[in-house]
Amino acid sequence: MKETMTERRKFFLTMARATGLAALGGLVWSAYVDEVTASSLMLRPPGALEEDDFLKTCIKCGMCVEACPFDTLKLAAPGDNKPIGTPYFTPREVPCYMCTDIPCVPICPTEALDITKVSKPNGELDINISKMGIAVIDTKNCIAFWGIQCDACYRACPLLDVAIKIEYEQNKRTGKHAFLKPVVDSDFCTGCGMCEHACVTEKASIFVLPKEIALGKAGDYYIKGWDRNDEKRLENATSQTTTTEISREKAIDSLNDMEGLLDD
Amino acid sequence: MIKNKYLILRRVTQVSLMTLYFGANAFGWDFIIGNLSSSLILGTIPMSDPYAVLQMFAAGALISSNIFVGALVVVLFYGLIGGRAFCSWICPVNIITDSANYLRRKFGFNQIQKKQPANRNMRYWVIALSLIISVGFGVAAFEFVSPVSMVHRGIIFGLGFGWAAILVIFLFDLFVLKNGWCGHICPIGGFYSIIGSFSLIRVKHQEEKCTLCMKCKEVCPENQVLFMVGKSSEQVLSGECTNCARCIEVCDDDALNFSIRDLISQKTKES
Repeated sequence: MKETMTERRKFFLTMARATGLAALGGLVWSAYVDEVTASSLMLRPPGALEEDDFLKTCIKCGMCVEACPFDTLKLAAPGDNKPIGTPYFTPREVPCYMCTDIPCVPICPTEALDITKVSKPNGELDINISKMGIAVIDTKNCIAFWGIQCDACYRACPLLDVAIKIEYEQNKRTGKHAFLKPVVDSDFCTGCGMCEHACVTEKASIFVLPKEIALGKAGDYYIKGWDRNDEKRLENATSQTTTTEISREKAIDSLNDMEGLLDD
Repeated sequence: MIKNKYLILRRVTQVSLMTLYFGANAFGWDFIIGNLSSSLILGTIPMSDPYAVLQMFAAGALISSNIFVGALVVVLFYGLIGGRAFCSWICPVNIITDSANYLRRKFGFNQIQKKQPANRNMRYWVIALSLIISVGFGVAAFEFVSPVSMVHRGIIFGLGFGWAAILVIFLFDLFVLKNGWCGHICPIGGFYSIIGSFSLIRVKHQEEKCTLCMKCKEVCPENQVLFMVGKSSEQVLSGECTNCARCIEVCDDDALNFSIRDLISQKTKES
C-alpha cells in the first residue's frame, strides 16, 4: 500500500513539474513573441502583405535580401530590436531604387511579398503602385518651409511632380519672395524613401513611415458627397443609435436661474 | 581507412553548405540561395523547413505551393533516406554542441555529473508548446526565438547579437546539461526524430563482434538509441539517432556500421 502511494506521489509530482515548466516556458515565450511582433515601425519590401499577415507568412529565408541589387534590404538580426529575421530597409541609409523588374518580389517562396500587389491588372509588373510606406514632412524643420529654396526631395522622387508636388505661396515676412513648399500626395507615394535619402537637413525632415502609422482614417461618418466611388465605402457600414434623455426644463429658465449667483 | 572519416565528411558538408549560402548573399553565387528556413537549388528545386511550415500553418498563414513542395522535398528526403541526418550533417549548431561535448569528455565532466536531471522527451513538448503559441499569437512562434535560425541566418546575413545565442548554447551544453540543446530541447531535432524514424539508412550493431568497451555509448549524443549494444545484433531504429556515425568511428571492433534498413526481416519479426 505504501509503495503504491509513493508511486502515485511520484507520478503526480512529475506531472506537476512538467506542468510548471511548460507554464513558465510558455509564458516567457508568449510574452517575448508578443513583444517582438508589436514593433511596427518597419518598412517592408515592395508588395509585402499587411504587417500581421506578413509576420505570419514570412519564413525568414532572406531571398529578397539576396535578390536586391542595391543592398537596400536587410534581415533583422538579434539586437536590431525588430521582429527577428524579417526583411526591412532604412531609406536614410539606402532607399529602395524601384527596379522595374522588382527582383525581390517574385523570388519570395511564401508569397509574403505578394506579386499581385505590384502588378497591373494585366499581370505586368509595376513598381510605381507599390506601397512600402508614406513620406511625411516635418514642416517646422524643412528648410523649404522657412523660405530657403530647396527642392532636393522633389527632384529625388521617382514619381516627380506626382508623389511630391511643389506648392507656391507668398512669403509674407519678406513680402517679395515665395515659399516653394513640397507636398506629398499619399495616393501616389510608394514609400521608396529616395526623398528621405536626399533630404539636406541634418536629420531628414521628410521621412517614410509605414502607411498604417502615417495615414488617418475618416471612418464611416464622413463621405465625399461629390464622389460616387466614395459612397461604396459605406456599403458595409454599420450604424449605432444612441439615445439621450432630453431635459424637460425650458431653455429660458437656465438663463433666468439666478441661484448660485445671488448667494453672496 | 581514416579514423575520423565521417567526422571530416560531416564538417565538410556543414561548412561548405554554409559557404555556398554565404556566397549566394555576398557574391551572388546561385547554386543554392536562401538559408536553412527555405532555399532554392539551381533556381529550380525548392526546399523549406517543414517544422517552420507547420508552425506557419498553425499560425493561420496561407501556405504557398512553393513552400509546401519545398517542405515535402525535405520530409521525403529525411523520411525515406537520411533519417535525422539534418542535425549532424547540416545544422551549424551541431558544431557548437559537438565542441561543448568534446570538452566535456576531455575534462571528464561526465564522470562528475553522471545523472542527467532532464528528460529527452522535452523536445516533443516544446514542439507542442510552439504550435499552441503559434495558434494563439498568429506567428510561427519558434522561428522568433530559434537559436538555430539565429546562427545560420547570422552566418549568411550578419550575426548581430546572435553570438549570444551561440555562447548560451555552448555554455549550457558544456556546464549545465550534456547534449542539452540538441538532445533535449531543440524542437527541430524532435521534429526530424519523428520524420526520421522511417528512413532507410540505419546504423547496424553486430553483437558477436562487440567487446563491450562502451566507447560508442560514451560518444553518442543520443545514447538511449544504442540500448542493444552488447545485447543483440540489430539495427538502430530509433528516429532520435542522428546518423552522425560517431559510434562507428569510435568502435575498434567493427561492431557498428551503416546499413540499409532491413525491411523484410523486420516484417517477419513483427509477425
